Amino acid sequence: MSKKLSIKGLVVEAQKPSGEWFTIVHGVDVEVKAGEVVALIGESGAGKTTIGLGALAYSRPGTRIVGGSVNLDDVDLLSIGKNQRRKIRGKKIAYVAQSASAALNPAIKLGKQVKESLKVHEILNPNGWDKRVMELFGLLDLPGPEELADRYPHQVSGGQQQRVMTAMAMACLPDFIVFDEPTTALDVTTQVEVLKAIKDVIRKKGTGAIYVSHDLSVVAQVADRIIVLYDGKVVENSRTEDILESPKEEYTKALLNAVRSVPEDSSFVKKDILPPKNEPLIELKNIYASYKRSSWLKPLTENHHILHGINLSVYPGEVVALVGESGSGKSTIARVMTGLLSQLSGEVLYEGTPLSPKVKKRSLEHLRLVQMVCQSPDTTLNPRQPVLEAIGRPLELYFGLSGQKKHERVKELLSMVELPSDYAYRYPPELSGGEKQRVSLARAFGVNPSIILCDEVLSALDTIVATSVLDLLGDLKKKLDVAYLFISHDLATVASVADRVVVLYSGRICEDGPIEKVFSPPYHPYTALLMSSVPELKHGWLEQILDSRSTEKKDDTGPIPERSMCAFQPRCPVYDKTRCEKGLPPGRNLGDNHVIYCHAELDRLPYSRSFV
Amino acid sequence: MKQSKKHRAGPALDMTAKIGILILALNLFVVLFGPMLAPFPPNALMSDEIFSSIGTGGLLGTDVLGRDLLSRMLYGARTTIGLAFIATLIGFIIGIVMGFSAAEMGGWADDLISRVVDVMISFPPMLLALVVIAGLGSSITILVCTVGITHAPRVARISRAIAMEIALNNFVEVSRARGESLFSVLRREIWPNSIRPLAAEFGLRFTYSVLFLSGLSFLGLGIQPPRADWGMMVKENLAGLHYGSWAALMPALAISLITVGINLIVDWMGAQTGKQIPEEMKK
Repeated sequence: MSKKLSIKGLVVEAQKPSGEWFTIVHGVDVEVKAGEVVALIGESGAGKTTIGLGALAYSRPGTRIVGGSVNLDDVDLLSIGKNQRRKIRGKKIAYVAQSASAALNPAIKLGKQVKESLKVHEILNPNGWDKRVMELFGLLDLPGPEELADRYPHQVSGGQQQRVMTAMAMACLPDFIVFDEPTTALDVTTQVEVLKAIKDVIRKKGTGAIYVSHDLSVVAQVADRIIVLYDGKVVENSRTEDILESPKEEYTKALLNAVRSVPEDSSFVKKDILPPKNEPLIELKNIYASYKRSSWLKPLTENHHILHGINLSVYPGEVVALVGESGSGKSTIARVMTGLLSQLSGEVLYEGTPLSPKVKKRSLEHLRLVQMVCQSPDTTLNPRQPVLEAIGRPLELYFGLSGQKKHERVKELLSMVELPSDYAYRYPPELSGGEKQRVSLARAFGVNPSIILCDEVLSALDTIVATSVLDLLGDLKKKLDVAYLFISHDLATVASVADRVVVLYSGRICEDGPIEKVFSPPYHPYTALLMSSVPELKHGWLEQILDSRSTEKKDDTGPIPERSMCAFQPRCPVYDKTRCEKGLPPGRNLGDNHVIYCHAELDRLPYSRSFV
Repeated sequence: MKQSKKHRAGPALDMTAKIGILILALNLFVVLFGPMLAPFPPNALMSDEIFSSIGTGGLLGTDVLGRDLLSRMLYGARTTIGLAFIATLIGFIIGIVMGFSAAEMGGWADDLISRVVDVMISFPPMLLALVVIAGLGSSITILVCTVGITHAPRVARISRAIAMEIALNNFVEVSRARGESLFSVLRREIWPNSIRPLAAEFGLRFTYSVLFLSGLSFLGLGIQPPRADWGMMVKENLAGLHYGSWAALMPALAISLITVGINLIVDWMGAQTGKQIPEEMKK
């Protein structure tokens, strides 16, 4: 008899703070056969995770399962006792959480954590445990398994943590695994590796999986079936190819469109090849910065630096995108521009006037002209201040508006960001993520800035909401002619909004130029890697990209190169010892201010995205 | 996605919180109206019989000098609870100012304030109080200030931690980048978000004040006779225990009752602060 996990008519309720119960999952059916991957996809609040956990007959605190059945090999997990359920969880069905850094115990070595479930379920003997761990680490492409097992979670990278989590779930060789957004928190470049590892290991072990995600392009790579959810109900349930090629329901089509339709029709009007401009609006000159404080006991070394000599300028009305992996220094640049972080050396100039490194020493006028919008909608507004205060306070501070005048201006700004004016009296916890982000846009635009630093403003939003906020950004730009410094890891969005792109790696600029130039050959090797790692909405993309990459394995745990060298060396496909070990790569202007910082000869640079 | 306005009204009270509030209300009532309700003046000698039992010579009997115990209890509430409240308030004002400035200024100011707090905290509170009272004598002002100052470093530590946690939120950063003054950031962004955890801490510190002041009175260093104070009443009536008198137990019970009541409320508040976060994230 083949193994099967089948959820039938699952109903889950959640409790409001007032104590009432309301239904969040309305009778959902999910069926997974051995070796099959079923994806649950939908916006936040659609019930994806709740159903994923329901497959383990688990409900989070504040929720309860009130109906349906969860059959695993003809045992109904919902009707058996707690202790029996505990024996099945981890052994026959396991769970991989979204944030590996939060799910791993920081005080226990990785090898020991993976062994835990083997110990609990009394599978194999201690010798066998070690062998199983090594086998799984090997299958998941983790470098140096023996040494890795002896490390603590903080000593390995995010992608490795996520793979260790998968190893943990696989330890007892369960028949089914629930993956809850396993790659959402990772960079695109890391995401590819983790996706591949997960896909390989479940295929080799014949494990069935429920894969929870909000990202259609990712799901298209791993899933055999896709179940589209909306508001706790199944919208569509079909084979992956069918969903991608011939979606039946309107909602599915909308989801697909939101992913596909970024370029061309966006409301951003690109400037044509930029006219030679007289003076940059804001300019960074040879900026070095670090989050550590230097003291006479512990002087700062180069390894503490986050930014290494950044030169960057933004011209009036221009949209400059900063792209790069997490840790590359994107947000740090924004913080130096606002003065929240003082640079160690170098200068920030506003229309030629040097700005003080310290925010407290800058004039109110300069502070007003440079505004910031942050990534996380949940922490960007003070939960104890009504929207009126959030938007009104800057008006009061910079323009001295108060009372009725302030009130009117706030309402005007609210309508500018397409929110009803009675939102002025609401508190942030009463708003959705997209609404919060609109309020924080109104706060920034309200003071007539000349540049807005948008730090990953869309990344915490659902695709459909993000698209509408992006449109709003475009409209406002048209109306008010501000410049944007657009920090993002989403290359598709960047391609549709930016005039110019600056690619960062490890605190240095590797490529800087007009968008059409940077996103067309020849590429900097790192730009090529980034671009090729963005999942495409098409079945089999993952295999394609992995096949096209050189078979020679690049190990990103190699020794970090000297600070006086190119930092990308260990991962670079065109690395050459004699050529690349001659100090920092020189910048070469390829025309139209398109500068590539690389040692490689022009004809050795990648000419195709999938070259890397 | 829309939430009711419920979260501003605050979550529902549970049973323990209700009991706690009842106890606190009772105490507050006695503080406000006790002297009016008292059948006799607190220092009047009512009877020749000392340590008379409950019901004879007054509702709760008489104390070591033959004064009416009930009247003294009712008068004493003002001293004990009132002074403890003022002492705690002093400790909180000093502590919050220190803790918040340390957190928000950072750098050397944080180092300086934190080391001062370390030094202050390394003195055992009782020892500190004894030294001060031995040096300056025991007046009510000195007493209250001393108790307040012993609270300050502990309050400073906790409010620094609370402020730093709130400062991790982007809205604090945005307000700094806007050019708000230090005071304005603290008042607008940090303070409203720290009231809840600080209120819980206040309750806890208040009970320490009650116990601390009572302890000093018991040692004879606190409130001086003949003023009525629960802690001192325990001390002066201690001898009565040999005769089976309730005179020492009654004020002791009153002290423990308010301690328990406030702790019940604090526990509930603490549980709410813990709960609040995931609830907001869920929405």
